[in-house]
Amino acid sequence: MKARFNQLFALAALVLASSVAQAENVQVAVAANFTKPMEAIAAEFEKDTGHKVQLSFGSTGKLYAQVANGAPFDVFLSADDTTPMKMDKELLSLPGTRFTYAIGTLVLWSAKEGYVDAKGEVLKKGEFQHVAVANPKTAPYGTAAVQALTKLGLLAGIQPKFVQGENITQTYQFAATGNAELGFVALSQVYKDGKLNSGSAWVVPADYYEPIRQDAVILAKARNNVAAKALVDYLKGPKAAVVIKSYGYRL
Amino acid sequence: MDESNLAAVWLTLKLACLVTVLLLIIGTPIAWWLARTRSWLKGPVGAVVALPLVLPPTVLGFYLLVVMGPNGVVGQMTQSLGLGLLPFTFPGLVIASVLYSMPFVVQPIQNAFEAMGERPMEVAASLRASPRDAFFTVALPLARPGFITAAILGFAHTVGEFGVVLMIGGNIPDKTRVVSVQIYDHVEAMEYAQAHWLAGGMVVFSFLVLLALYGRRGNSGWSKS
Repeated sequence: MKARFNQLFALAALVLASSVAQAENVQVAVAANFTKPMEAIAAEFEKDTGHKVQLSFGSTGKLYAQVANGAPFDVFLSADDTTPMKMDKELLSLPGTRFTYAIGTLVLWSAKEGYVDAKGEVLKKGEFQHVAVANPKTAPYGTAAVQALTKLGLLAGIQPKFVQGENITQTYQFAATGNAELGFVALSQVYKDGKLNSGSAWVVPADYYEPIRQDAVILAKARNNVAAKALVDYLKGPKAAVVIKSYGYRL
Repeated sequence: MDESNLAAVWLTLKLACLVTVLLLIIGTPIAWWLARTRSWLKGPVGAVVALPLVLPPTVLGFYLLVVMGPNGVVGQMTQSLGLGLLPFTFPGLVIASVLYSMPFVVQPIQNAFEAMGERPMEVAASLRASPRDAFFTVALPLARPGFITAAILGFAHTVGEFGVVLMIGGNIPDKTRVVSVQIYDHVEAMEYAQAHWLAGGMVVFSFLVLLALYGRRGNSGWSKS
């Protein structure tokens, strides 16, 4: 009995060891707005390379705090460019790995069909109770929403109607459940292959807010991680580009 | 301590006081019924009351958001009554907190009623006290320690609430931005000094609450049974 158990154990160890030799694990911290495209990209990447990807989603601020306090991530996909820059300075990331993987698009969205018009006039009419916005202090899409409203000269009037999501996913949830009639969310959350998934939306013109450059870095811990390097190369490649664009990001 | 922190503290205290009072009013009859009844419903009702003990706050928050939203049962009712929608409002928070802190109030009171047994009420009845009279002059005073524990726990648990508030509050200053959410905000924004004021305050507060509780009851604490 014991001998058989030992054999089994040896076999298991062998299987484990051989799989480790071929494929590696890469743990990725992903800004919430990039959830859907990253899931799609990770699945294709796993199929193409045999590496294993583990994704964690959250707000950029929280993911940063986790990385700064030793979280075991190999790659960080931020929703902005300032956080990865900060990481470079603090030696949390590998120098020279920072790059822009997508440029985000802000959209004013409602779960109701026909509620948002093509020019965003609904904002001026002000016939709504709540507009969901990601926390402007911590979330880039929130900052962009405030910039856009400032540009429109509507910030003072609309700010009292803000309900803040902790990150862009929660902001979307407030609008998707209809509790907030309107929400400033990422286009990627409500759009796929050239059309809206549901509801109505106004794509905020790009010159109303500073470009939401979303940068990625390989983190210092992943110095010898082959899969991390492979994933970043994959993100820069043509296959990923198709997915990223299909969700309404620019490159 | 800046103004926004003070506002959060004030709002939290207001919420916790209101919720505690409401829970004592709503929770007492429920606890009385649970302690006395022989109905088969005792099990199911007790379980429903205890649900928030084991459910992740996200589950409660998510369902409240859906149910109180414009397409939810409660949401349609409040709208037709002209009250508007409850999420992102202070009354909404109060309702959520009452549900969330319910077991912390009902269970200590129920325990106190059960520990008292049938006897005092029977004696009171034999002395011709009406049931109502006996309840207020005999049962309530006898269960006093249970009520004090219930009030302390209900208050403290509401102060410590986070997940539900985050999910249905919308983080609005003076309306739904309570201390726990404010701390979270500060940490996210890397304003650690600000966060320390509130977070440290919460540690001291929680310690004092538990000290009051354990100190009063010797070393027995509160039991769930």
